[in-house]
Amino acid sequence: MRLLFLSLFLFTLMLPAHAAERIELPEHTWTFSGPLGKFDQNQLQRGFQVYREVCATCHSLSLIAFRNLGDLGYNEDEIKAIAASYEIKDGPNDMGEMFTRPGRPSDHFPDPFPNRKAAEAANNGAYPPDLSLMTKARHGGADYVKALLMGYTEAPAGFDLADGQYYNRFMPGHRIAMAAPLLDGAVDYKDGSPKTLDQYTSDVSAFLTWAAEPYMIQRKETGLRVMLYIGLMTLIFYLNYRLVKRRVKGA
Amino acid sequence: MESESKIPPAKKGIIGWIDHRLPIFSFMDHELNRYPTPKNLNIWWNFGSLAGIMLMIMIISGIFLAMNYTANTQMAFNSVERIMRDVNGGWLIRYLHMNGASMFFIVVYIHIFRGLYYGSYKPPRELLWALGVAIFLIMMATAFMGYVLPWGQMSLWGAEVITNFFSAIPVVGEDLVQLTRGSFAVDNPTLTRFFALHYLMPFLIVGLVVLHLVALHRFGSNNPKGIDITSPKDKIPFHPYYTLKDLVGLGVFLMFYSAFVFFAPDYLGHPDNYIPANPLQTPAHIVPEWYFLPFYAILRAIDFDIPLLLFTIDSKLAGVLAMFASVLVLFFLPWLDRHPVRSARFRPWYKIVFWLFLFNALVLGYVGSQPPEGTMIMIGQAATAWYFIHFFVLLPLLSKYEPVATLPKTLDEPTI
Repeated sequence: MRLLFLSLFLFTLMLPAHAAERIELPEHTWTFSGPLGKFDQNQLQRGFQVYREVCATCHSLSLIAFRNLGDLGYNEDEIKAIAASYEIKDGPNDMGEMFTRPGRPSDHFPDPFPNRKAAEAANNGAYPPDLSLMTKARHGGADYVKALLMGYTEAPAGFDLADGQYYNRFMPGHRIAMAAPLLDGAVDYKDGSPKTLDQYTSDVSAFLTWAAEPYMIQRKETGLRVMLYIGLMTLIFYLNYRLVKRRVKGA
Repeated sequence: MESESKIPPAKKGIIGWIDHRLPIFSFMDHELNRYPTPKNLNIWWNFGSLAGIMLMIMIISGIFLAMNYTANTQMAFNSVERIMRDVNGGWLIRYLHMNGASMFFIVVYIHIFRGLYYGSYKPPRELLWALGVAIFLIMMATAFMGYVLPWGQMSLWGAEVITNFFSAIPVVGEDLVQLTRGSFAVDNPTLTRFFALHYLMPFLIVGLVVLHLVALHRFGSNNPKGIDITSPKDKIPFHPYYTLKDLVGLGVFLMFYSAFVFFAPDYLGHPDNYIPANPLQTPAHIVPEWYFLPFYAILRAIDFDIPLLLFTIDSKLAGVLAMFASVLVLFFLPWLDRHPVRSARFRPWYKIVFWLFLFNALVLGYVGSQPPEGTMIMIGQAATAWYFIHFFVLLPLLSKYEPVATLPKTLDEPTI
C-alpha cells in the first residue's frame, strides 16, 4: 500500500504542469510589485500620455473617469483642462436634440467609436477591446501587456497570416489584428525619459495596471495594518488560551 | 411540555424575568457556556466554528454587495466594477466575498476530512453527518450561482456548461434546461433567477446549520480517540476552553484569509472573468473554480457509453450521474463503513485507505484543472474509479476484515 502511495505520488510529480500551450512571459520588475509596492506617478502620467496619443485611437477606457486622474498626481485645474479637451456627447436638450460639450471631471473617457460594429468596421472586423481591466483579464497582467506590445516580429517561414493580421510572439495563436502600435520615438516625453519602445511599453503597462485597480495601493496599505492588528489579536488570544489550558489535566 | 409546577421559580432581575418566560438565556448558558465537551479535541475541531463564522461573513458582505449590484445582463459587469471603484470600501467587501467563497470551501473540506478521519459520521451521529452533506450540497449550488453574477466570460460559459447538465436526463432533460435558464439560452432570466436563489440559499444553509448544531449537541462532539465519553472527568465546559481555542484558530485563519484579500485577491480566480460576458465567443478553456475541480474531473472521466442489458447510458448522462453520485454517496457513508471503531487512530488499515482517498481527491482536482488530453484522461478515469472503489469496495471490506482494536475506556487511559 505504501509503495502504491509513493509511486502514485511520484507519478503526479512527473506530469507536465500545463498540457496546453502556455507562452512564457518575460518578467519585469514593477514599482507596484509586492506588498509594499507603489505606483510611480511620473510613470503613470507618461503611460497616460502614451494611452492618450496612441492607444485611445482605437481602444476605449470606459471605466475610468477624468476625476480618477487625481491618482496620477494631477491637480484639480489640470484635470478640468484634460477633461475639457475631450468632446462629450450629451443630451437630449430641451429641444430634444443631442449635442456635444467639453468634458467635465465627472465624465468618463469617451469611446473612440460610436458602437461595437463601427469599431469592428474600422479595424478589419476585429474589435479593439476596452482597456480598463486589461491587466486583470489576462494571465501575467502588466507583464503580458508589455510583452505583447514588444512582441512583434517577422512571422517564421511558412506561417500563414491573413490580410490585416500580424505576427506576435506573445499573442495566443500568434495572430493579432493590431499592427505594432509603438515605435522608438513615437511619443514625445516632456520629462526627459528615454523615448524608446521599452520605456513606452513599461509606462503604458503601469498606467493600465492602475486603470484596472486604482485602489491597489489603498488595498495593500490597509492589508498591512489589518495583518498587524489580527496578528496582535491572535497573540493575545493565544496567551489567554494558554492560561486557561493549564487548568485542564491530561488534555 | 413540562407542567408549570416543574419549572423553577424566576430568578431575580430583568434577565431572570425574561428567562422564566422565554428560556433563551438558560439555553445559551447550557449550549454555549457549560456545554460539556471532550477535553482532548485537537486543532482539526476548530473548523466547524470557522465554517459558521465564514457563513456569517459571506451573508453580511453579500447583503452589502446586493445593495449595489444590478442583476441585468447589460449592467451586471459594470455594476460590480462600480462597487470596486466607486462604492466606499466596495473593493474590500467584494474581495472579502469573492475570496470568502474559496475560504469557506477550504474550511468545509478540512471539516469534512476531519469527520472522515475520526469517524464522526458513525452511530449515533449519522443524521448530524447527513445534515452536513446537505449543507455542502447547497453550498456548492450557492457558490456556482454566485460565480455567475458578475457576468464575466467564465460566469456565462460556466452557467452554460452547468445548466446543460440537465439536458442529459432522458425525456424531460430539454425542458429542465429551459426551466433552469428561464430562457432558451443562458440570458437575462437566468441571471435574475440565479441572483434570487443566490440570496435565498445561504438562509437555507443557516436553517440546516441550526439543525446540524441541534444534532451535534444531542451526543456532543466526537473526539480524536473516537470513544464514547462516560467519565465526567473527560469533559470540560465549552467556555472558556474552546471559545478561546477557537478564537486562536480564528485569528490564524483570518490572517490566511487576509493574505489573499489584500495581497493576492485574484490569485484564486480566473482572469477571463474580468472580460464581459460575450455569448458569441467561447473561452479557450472553460474551467470551474478550484473547489469544483475534483467533481469536474469525475464529470469528464466518463467519456464512453455504458451499455446495459436493454438500453445504453450515453457518456454525457453517465458523467453527470457519476458527478452527482460522488457527492450523494457521502449520505450513505455511515452504512458503507460499518466498522465499530470510529477513529482512524485505532484503525491502521483504514488509515492507509483514508490517506489514499485524500491523495486521490487531490489528483482529481489536478486533473480537473487540466485540458482533457493524453494521459490526463486515463489518470482522471483511474482516480474516478478509485473514488468509488473507496466507498463501495474498500470501506465495506474493511468493515468486515479490519481487526477491532481494544479501545481505551477513558481519555486518560494510556494507549500504545
